[in-house]
Amino acid sequence: MTHWAVEVRNLSKTFGGGRKALDGVSITVAAGEMVALIGASGSGKSTLLRHLSGLVAGDRRAGAGAIKIGGAAVQANGRLSADVRRIRGDVGFVFQQFNLVNRLTVITNVLIGTLGRLPLWRTLLFRFPETERRRAIAALQRVGIADWAFQRAATLSGGQQQRAAIARAMVQGAKLVLADEPIASLDPEAARRVMESLAELNRGDGVTVIVSLHQVQFAMRYCPRTIALRSGQVVFDGPSAALTPQKLAELYGAEAEELLLGEAPTPAKTSPRGTIGFPRPVEALAIAAAG
Amino acid sequence: MAQAIADPAPSTRPPDALRRSLGSALLYGLGFAILVWSYQGADIRPMALFADAGNMATFAAEFFPPDFAQWRYYISEILITLQIAVWGTFLAIIFAIPFGLMAAENLSPLWLRQPVRRLMDSFRAINEMVFAMLFVVAVGLGPFAGVLAIFVHTTGILAKLFSEAVEAIDPRPVEGIRATGANVLEEILYGVIPQVIPLWVSYSLYRFESNVRSATVVGMVGAGGIGVVLWEVIRGFYFAQTCAVMLMIIVTVSLLDMLSSWLRRRFL
Repeated sequence: MTHWAVEVRNLSKTFGGGRKALDGVSITVAAGEMVALIGASGSGKSTLLRHLSGLVAGDRRAGAGAIKIGGAAVQANGRLSADVRRIRGDVGFVFQQFNLVNRLTVITNVLIGTLGRLPLWRTLLFRFPETERRRAIAALQRVGIADWAFQRAATLSGGQQQRAAIARAMVQGAKLVLADEPIASLDPEAARRVMESLAELNRGDGVTVIVSLHQVQFAMRYCPRTIALRSGQVVFDGPSAALTPQKLAELYGAEAEELLLGEAPTPAKTSPRGTIGFPRPVEALAIAAAG
Repeated sequence: MAQAIADPAPSTRPPDALRRSLGSALLYGLGFAILVWSYQGADIRPMALFADAGNMATFAAEFFPPDFAQWRYYISEILITLQIAVWGTFLAIIFAIPFGLMAAENLSPLWLRQPVRRLMDSFRAINEMVFAMLFVVAVGLGPFAGVLAIFVHTTGILAKLFSEAVEAIDPRPVEGIRATGANVLEEILYGVIPQVIPLWVSYSLYRFESNVRSATVVGMVGAGGIGVVLWEVIRGFYFAQTCAVMLMIIVTVSLLDMLSSWLRRRFL
């Protein structure tokens, strides 16, 4: 591979109130690497990953940064590329809160990974080809939850849901997997299994993996290279083994403790709209009954 | 409340409380004034109930015993009323799905959302009865006018309820689907619809229940079904038959309510 799997050049993102979530970030990740992205809460890890997949656009001004994946532009100067959907098809995304569709079965959630490449008439009729179904079952076997394939996703534990999300990335045929705090909501054993699945994907299939973590010990165990962020800036980029407690204290000061212990309670990231479930049913039913 | 607790100085509390009680006194006063003002306009004469008690008793007596002689005819007309409600509700559901999605804040851009919402408002603002009278003129007397009247009005209601359910979804699964390279239609089909389907089914069943009642009423302006019969027997002073028709409507509506609440429990 001669081209870089991921190339981020001078990316900045300013949120409302002038807070800089990303401040001139430039990184390159080669095809086949497994890279950890560490930093305390609010350091910009999630924001960076969401930019890589084109779920968010950077600041809209000339020279505000560009992202290329596999040589193709995802976004430049705050504008998403026209074929961002095609690029997303090659990029798997694993979220902290799993982001599965609870009422669909596990296998349907995994088959969602094929939406980007199947013809529309098939996907709109829920007609997945036999070969894709077999691939989905095989992927679920690989992550060890094939027995749950025909249950609703909601019935799985957090760790199992996260492995289903990884199976989705496998079926997607992703060449790059972005994992945003995939183990922050899991107990240590489930966390270990999820990290093993990601490492398997990297070693077995040669998939490039970028995983954000806030526990340095996981980064050191699974990822040869670590990129550390603080206040939206890259403060370290090198071998994970170099991240000694002294080095972390130097980089983060008092915040280093959160990264070392990794047990800092992470409040579940609330959705942007903050409304989950079905509020106001009573009012709605009142309208339904009247009229 | 929170302010009062956070505030350590108790001296600020009495004026606050005073202002609040003054405010509620004004509100009660306003409510009372509206009742008084409406009394004359609505021609409230409670004494009429007692003064004409004799008439009322005679009137009520004529209802009994109910006359079921033509029950076969009543049942066939009730079935037509049900059929009006079935088709009116079905068409409304079909149209409310795209309109509901187009009216949802989290899916639809402003230039599309606002016109759709205003259109749905106007569907909802006008009663089925009014639509029925218009459609009777347009397509002639009979059940089809009733179907159209119920269809238009119910579309307005269901589209609003459907769009509110869509606005309340968890956006994260949808983002998960977007991240796989899916297009907007696929995001809706796989991410939005599964989340809202229990509520949509529930709302649709509620509307079917109340559309059975509405179908009875729209019949009275000539749009077919048992309503036509009811209107004729009332106008002809056949009170024993009126009573029979009303009893049969009550039984039908109760049975359907039971059926639909059973169905709703199965879907939620």
